[in-house]
Amino acid sequence: MSLLEVENLEVTFPTRDGGLFHAVRGVSFTLGDERLGIVGESGSGKSMTGRAILRLIRPPGRLTATRIALAGEDLLKKSEIEMRAIRGRRISMVMQDPKFSLNPVMTVGEQIMEAYQLHARASSREARRRALEMLNAVQIRDPERVFRAYPHEVSGGMGQRVMIAMMLIPDPDILIADEPTSALDVSVQTEVLRIMDRLVKERGMGLIFISHDLNLVASFCDRVLIMYAGRVVETLPAARLHDAKHPYTKGLLNSLPRLDAPKDKLEVLSRDPAWAHPPPSSAP
Amino acid sequence: MTEELQPAIKVDDLSVWFGEGTDRVDAVKNASFEVPTGGSFGLVGESGSGKSTILRAITGLASTWTGRIETTGRPLGPKRDKVFYRTVQMVFQDPYASLHPRHSVDQVLDETLRLHGIAGTNERIPELLDAVGLGPSFRFRYPHQLSGGQRQRVAIARALAPSPKILLLDEPTSALDVSVQAEILNLLSDLRAKNNLSYLMVSHDLAVVGHMCEAVAVMQNGEIVETMEIAALRALEASEAYTQRLLDASLGYRAAD
Amino acid sequence: MADAAEKSSGDAASRSALRQWLLTDTPTSRRHARAAALYQGWLKFRSNTLAMIGLGIMIALVLIAAFAPLLAPYDPFAQDLSNRLLPPGTTGHILGTDSLGRDILSRLIYGSRITLYIVALVALIAPVAGLMIGTIAGFAGGFIDAALMRITDIFLAFPRLVLALAFVAALGAGIENAIIAISLTAWPPYARIARAETLTIRNSDYIAAVRLQGAGPIRIITGHIWPLCISSLIVRVTLDMAGIILAAAGLGFLGLGAQPPSPEWGAMISEGRRFILDHWWVATMPGLAIFTVSLAFNLLGDGLRDVLDPKDAQE
Repeated sequence: MSLLEVENLEVTFPTRDGGLFHAVRGVSFTLGDERLGIVGESGSGKSMTGRAILRLIRPPGRLTATRIALAGEDLLKKSEIEMRAIRGRRISMVMQDPKFSLNPVMTVGEQIMEAYQLHARASSREARRRALEMLNAVQIRDPERVFRAYPHEVSGGMGQRVMIAMMLIPDPDILIADEPTSALDVSVQTEVLRIMDRLVKERGMGLIFISHDLNLVASFCDRVLIMYAGRVVETLPAARLHDAKHPYTKGLLNSLPRLDAPKDKLEVLSRDPAWAHPPPSSAP
Repeated sequence: MTEELQPAIKVDDLSVWFGEGTDRVDAVKNASFEVPTGGSFGLVGESGSGKSTILRAITGLASTWTGRIETTGRPLGPKRDKVFYRTVQMVFQDPYASLHPRHSVDQVLDETLRLHGIAGTNERIPELLDAVGLGPSFRFRYPHQLSGGQRQRVAIARALAPSPKILLLDEPTSALDVSVQAEILNLLSDLRAKNNLSYLMVSHDLAVVGHMCEAVAVMQNGEIVETMEIAALRALEASEAYTQRLLDASLGYRAAD
Repeated sequence: MADAAEKSSGDAASRSALRQWLLTDTPTSRRHARAAALYQGWLKFRSNTLAMIGLGIMIALVLIAAFAPLLAPYDPFAQDLSNRLLPPGTTGHILGTDSLGRDILSRLIYGSRITLYIVALVALIAPVAGLMIGTIAGFAGGFIDAALMRITDIFLAFPRLVLALAFVAALGAGIENAIIAISLTAWPPYARIARAETLTIRNSDYIAAVRLQGAGPIRIITGHIWPLCISSLIVRVTLDMAGIILAAAGLGFLGLGAQPPSPEWGAMISEGRRFILDHWWVATMPGLAIFTVSLAFNLLGDGLRDVLDPKDAQE
């Protein structure tokens, strides 16, 4: 049985003129013990998909799906209280910018301890020990100092490591990372990805890695979903991304400037409105 | 000496700092480089490396600097004059922040043309929009009615309004999707060829700089660590370890060895 | 009959053509664009029912003030001591009479002129002064900022009525001087708001962009910073209006504002206070009038904010 099954996920928002905007339409995928990348441009519904798995769609947005199952348990049937126990404890989420996800008036250590104690009944001493252990695991050199620091006192890369530590301390089954490194410099980015990679491997977690960066996803993940206008247009093993069939994926790849293949003019993606609809062959 | 023989921008021993006394932060230390007329030069580095600060010093937005800056052979003093603004223009990083939220495209371009004392704005505005690939229907739109790529086109049209010789590009595509980035980069390449512009481009993306520029300076902690021709960059042949690290990282993720 | 139908369908056609012209996404000229923007703003405003109620009350107030002599059943100053303190509903005096037998309805109708006068003048003077001082302080920074803000602090430190009293004492009693005094005490909060907004706007890229076109500070402040400060000031002004009307009334009560026979609403409340236990309507009726007008200002302000702020509208 796979870790997570999503079938026919739809997220809609009412528009001003009384219509419906489909942010996500008919997305289905399964996640095993792997690193799954979701790639798309802004507005493709990739972040919304990540949030919908945790049922974090705020009204007036509406979430429907045939099935969202975590290890066989249907998440759609859970009450809001049961969902709260699942968020963080079994599925964690790392957001783009640590500046906005850390509480500015609590020290880093307090926040990690809180994340742990919310889900595990542990003494403060135990929580503190675990928090320091986690800071060590994300390769922070002097965990004691960072433990006492406030979020504004740590750098962006450090902050994102703290976020990862916080999200991984309850030992979740699945980690959803929404553009975890786009706010970071490239050199820091590699380190953060390595930490994430190692922890996911060691702990046997499933990882959903949401990003706009095709090259990064292709080199980091095992499998890639490419989203356009709320739909998954193509699913590929990451190693074979460059053999993509769908014109959108090919267009995206070709529109990237490349150091190893210089050209005078970049290819410009011409969008086909038909991409937003399912191909006729697979229509029910 | 004629203007053609002068480099478009010549920066010599430039240092820029912010704050005074113990709060003083040296953002740029002893930077020197040249942008040939009609050429395109890239400044690469991570956040805080001082690359954008150099642009702000050239434009006069950062006023505490020492060293020598020349544009088209004219040394710059502490104040910028009208001639400078007609010669040098800038495109900002975030098209969502660089357009006034209450001004329509028409107002933005009209004001810019008037400030440069250019008459006949009613005829010039459609030409400018056309030059950046926007139809006349965009003329009376407000920024919130435009996509990121369209906003950046408007910002480029504004920069082109006084027919400048030099464009300073501060990460012009980093806030855009990759497919839109390709459109904007193509537009910038075309404009350079057509109007014989010189570009000084700041970016953290080596691939973008590799595509747009002929030479690049790599910056770290306010200093230029290496200046290289683009052929060397494309061949991934850096002489400095830091540049090599940036190049490796730009190729995507590699698991630890 | 057929003619009429044809004519009305022709009207409808030209109306819908006008509507099309106004709602277009692609205006053809600046005049067209301005008309379209105004019309679309009006449509957005119209969709806000509460704001429309506020606007309706304001229009009614203006009309009442304009046609006061035609609408008022009695002379607002005519005393009739035999008919003093008649309760509301008495034949001939729908809202009753006050302690001197003057018709309250007529006094309210004439009083709307004074209310409008106060509101209009204060709304012209205080926010404009505050806007100028605040944006200059915020934009210039350094010594100018410090000096202007300390002056603002001094004005803020005095209770409004006490400061207004001092001004009126110096300038002489009367409604005009009361208005000037209120305006002089009302600007500091606007200056504070304008300065705070300016500080966030000052360092934005679009200000840097217009500087790179060689724009001077005056153009930047008036053309680029003011339009962004105005919407929050308008909202604040509409919220303050009730307080301003009451401050004018307070000055009147102390004999420093509107002088006694004048049917100023606040002064009417002050007069009615003496009878509030036995003859509640004398103070209540002008109170209701002030309440209605203040509420109308608030509703109007809310609606205006929605229209004036394109950033919010986008969501």
